[in-house]
Amino acid sequence: MHESGIALSLLEIIEQEVLPYKGSKVINVKLRIGRISGVMPDALRFAFEALSTGGVADGASLEIEEVPIAIRCNTCKKVSVSDAPFMVCPHCKGVEVEMIGGRELEIREMEIDDGSEGSQEHS
Amino acid sequence: MEVKVVKNILEANEVIAFQNKKLFDEKGIYVLNLMGSPGAGKTTLLEKTITNLKDTKKIAVIEGDIETSRDAERIAAHGVPALQINTGGACHLDGNMVRNGIEEFDLDHIELLIVENVGNLVCPAEFKIGEDDKAMIISATEGDDKPLKYPLMFQVSSVLLLNKIDLLPYLDFDVERFQSDALKVNPKLRILPISCKTGEGLPDWINWIEDRLK
Repeated sequence: MHESGIALSLLEIIEQEVLPYKGSKVINVKLRIGRISGVMPDALRFAFEALSTGGVADGASLEIEEVPIAIRCNTCKKVSVSDAPFMVCPHCKGVEVEMIGGRELEIREMEIDDGSEGSQEHS
Repeated sequence: MEVKVVKNILEANEVIAFQNKKLFDEKGIYVLNLMGSPGAGKTTLLEKTITNLKDTKKIAVIEGDIETSRDAERIAAHGVPALQINTGGACHLDGNMVRNGIEEFDLDHIELLIVENVGNLVCPAEFKIGEDDKAMIISATEGDDKPLKYPLMFQVSSVLLLNKIDLLPYLDFDVERFQSDALKVNPKLRILPISCKTGEGLPDWINWIEDRLK
């Protein structure tokens, strides 16, 4: 996967979202990356670090939640979580399933330091 | 302080792809995104497809490659409008590249637009370009373990062409295992064994396209 392209798209979103908070620096970004998306978290961090240098997200850490593959069976209605990308219900062997988790490539939130007096880092 | 964002990182591309699709739908154009490894037979498949359909359908092709216009030249030799996009390094086509590319076409006189993506089993699966369907071509010489190794591409495709079946007698390719794995990853996948070389299986492919065009 071309994590640098994804890091670039991520940076564009961050730079856009931080605009209302003039003078702020981005400290941390929370992401959700699905298992089947093919994105390697370490490669993404590496690319992000390189591309964010000198900008508003310089030094920001990426907190990445890796989302497993989850499928919901429309036949037996059960949800299954797995590492394998099989679109077959492990309970009833039905094939009318939809993937409800595992394809994410999302930014959830960012933690920013707006430099105000007494501002502390939140957990 | 925490700022909630909640966005798909690739949202920008999704938006452009959506706009592309809207335009294609307005113009009545069916768009197929053809993906596969380098050497799987994408361009040759297109040549065979064009030979079969060009007398009855108005076809146009967008070729995606890192370098050269060889593929577009091959297609243009069949008398079909062909546009070459050179990505210069990007490993997949995206919505923006296709949006810029279609400006070269007279969209009012196209029924079928086939976009041959950059040869790659990974990235094109993640990027919509405004297509109606994604088609995947894989050749028997690539090995029968690919569905589990590259699941996303198999999952997002509507049809999978297994090419070079004329070489099966010389290969250790377990067709049943390949098909069973592919269907585990995508039970709705239509699998078409073909040989662009001998022509075997091509009528089923042409029928598949004609069905989609209805």
